[in-house]
Amino acid sequence: MSQSPLPFNYPLSTELYAPRLIPKDEFIVSGHRACQGCAEVLALRHALKALGPDTVVAMATGCMEIISSPLPTTAWAVPWIHVAFENAAAVGSGIEAGLKILRRKGRIPDKDVTVLACAGDGGTADIGLQALSGALERGHKMIYMCVDNEAYMNTGIQRSSATPFGASTTTSPAGKVSIGQATWKKNMAEIAAAHNIPYVATACSSYPLDIVEKMRKAKAADGPAYVHCLSVCPTGWRIPTEQAIRYGRLAVETCVFPLYEVVGGRYRITYKPEKKRPIGDYLKGQGRFRHLDEATIAKMQARIDEEWEKLQAKADRS
Amino acid sequence: MSAGANKAGKRTGIEISLAISEAAKMARVDAVAAYPITPQTHVVEHLSELVASGELDAEYICVESEHSALSACIGTQAAGARTFTATSAQGLELMHEILYIAAGMRMPIVMAVANRALSAPLSIWNDHSDVMACRDTGWIQVFAENGQDAFDQVICAFRFGEDRRVQMPVMVNFDGFTLSHVVESVEFPAQELVDSYLPPYRPENTLHPDRPLTLGAFAMPEIYTETRMAHEAALLASRPVIDDAWAEWGKLTGRHYKAVETYRTEGAETLFVTMGGLSENAMEHVDAAREKGKKVGLVHIRLWRPFPIDEMRKVLCTAAHVVVMDRALPPGAHGGPVFTEVKSALYDQSRRPTVHGYIAGLGGRDVTPADFGTMYDLAMAAVKEGKKEEFRMIGVRS
Repeated sequence: MSQSPLPFNYPLSTELYAPRLIPKDEFIVSGHRACQGCAEVLALRHALKALGPDTVVAMATGCMEIISSPLPTTAWAVPWIHVAFENAAAVGSGIEAGLKILRRKGRIPDKDVTVLACAGDGGTADIGLQALSGALERGHKMIYMCVDNEAYMNTGIQRSSATPFGASTTTSPAGKVSIGQATWKKNMAEIAAAHNIPYVATACSSYPLDIVEKMRKAKAADGPAYVHCLSVCPTGWRIPTEQAIRYGRLAVETCVFPLYEVVGGRYRITYKPEKKRPIGDYLKGQGRFRHLDEATIAKMQARIDEEWEKLQAKADRS
Repeated sequence: MSAGANKAGKRTGIEISLAISEAAKMARVDAVAAYPITPQTHVVEHLSELVASGELDAEYICVESEHSALSACIGTQAAGARTFTATSAQGLELMHEILYIAAGMRMPIVMAVANRALSAPLSIWNDHSDVMACRDTGWIQVFAENGQDAFDQVICAFRFGEDRRVQMPVMVNFDGFTLSHVVESVEFPAQELVDSYLPPYRPENTLHPDRPLTLGAFAMPEIYTETRMAHEAALLASRPVIDDAWAEWGKLTGRHYKAVETYRTEGAETLFVTMGGLSENAMEHVDAAREKGKKVGLVHIRLWRPFPIDEMRKVLCTAAHVVVMDRALPPGAHGGPVFTEVKSALYDQSRRPTVHGYIAGLGGRDVTPADFGTMYDLAMAAVKEGKKEEFRMIGVRS
């Protein structure tokens, strides 16, 4: 392959040292049934590497659940529980409380255990929003990770409130009188930040080192942490499977999905593209956006510019 | 300590909701996740007080809904914590989805349900509509007759629910307001007695990194049927364990509980069948009717799931007529849930009584001892006329 796997402004050193910076241990192991090119399971894999073996996972119904747990087999090397679609945060908060009281009473070993609640964008921004808000407000020492592939991919690419404007899905199809999704993506990281929790971050499946670093910070946070991870889905985005990493990079380079963190209320942009690419670079080649006309693309560009300005202003004030 | 000394508990006048919270405290629960709803509120308020005062060393999770309450309970239970919750009506229905999952995942949570009518129209008052909509969720379901019964059942529920041979969640049903808000004389056993009866919770499978487990995996068609059959088998197999737990409690406290209780059934030609607190009103009627020479008796169902079919057949087939009172109206089902259950149990018996179903006491409507007389008269009139009555509502204004 003549093309470099890291085409975007990454120092050479990252390419050389990356394998040494990421633990070799695997906690979601091979043999699971994810689609070819699934970057969501890749993001999850790196998140778990950061958290290590002393982790309990509470997972919502969704792609990651269904690919990893067909009874009687499992892809999980850490304790894992699935209860339902909308309650990963509630189940996770119960586990945190349960482990806390049992440790206090001396009924389990006296060691720190990280609780990770995890759901997709539907299980987070739509049906699970109430349970998530409740858990964040109660202050459980728990990490919540949203692996956001921007639609209900597990059930066949139906739109969620995290589906981007203009995307054609099976329930927001593009048509003669429809541009596809007619609403703007719900900003979950901002909603999480509004709970004044110690740590909020965005991440993307194409930036494994960034995921590892942010999950480590989330683990160290003194209270709830929320990590929103854009997770590229070749199946649902209608892109070639080998392009998953490239499109995640483009989402960040175009500022469609900026990488930042909110630590104790202070915003910090963790990756600033040297030159912001036009949104067309990101949309081009994605089947879900192929119907968009120039006027709609211009509207999307204006919105992205506005959001990026707002985020930079917040970071500048912090 | 002699058995006699053990039996001498401390008798106190207490609101039944508070007695239920005290039972959870005496069971030394590790975790509570609950959301307030009338008429369950006093249970969770008192539990909060017990945690706040340090009398109960537990994690109390003030969740934002009943759906999250039961979800969090599954979390605490899966971590290995003894878990209690309480709810009612709309709250129970909001939990509905998770009720099946708690049972399917074999989480021995104990939940007190202050039975209440379902909306619409909104009614905070008592009937059994809420729990009847949850009949098939796979939980062990017990109905309390009075405050002492409710208190005792909470403690017993932990004992048989957590038993390794059972591992099932248990619902302890007690009538909203007519039991929940009533002050009764309740005998509290000594803590040592409860501790000896209910050992600390030591579950086999918990979520801990020292022994990673996968809980809540999904089932393909090749295995789903077998998992449901396994649940059915386990629920039926819980019967002897429940009976043993009640027998042991009886030995320790002198209070003996059975799945099916009978009252003045000797020589009875007509038997009433009831569940919950109104059984005591039925007893009053039975006493009055017996004095007038009517051969009536009462069968009170304590254990609703697993349904005690053998005892029910045995006792009901001794009578000529059975009068079933239901506290829920399943629209379009041609009879209340207890009525259809009883009728179905008796259908293939060689000698079977006539069965008459009456639905009464919906949404807090009073059912007096005299109302049982009305049911009896209607049933006898139907028998005399040779009429096959499906069911009838009692106390409906025209």
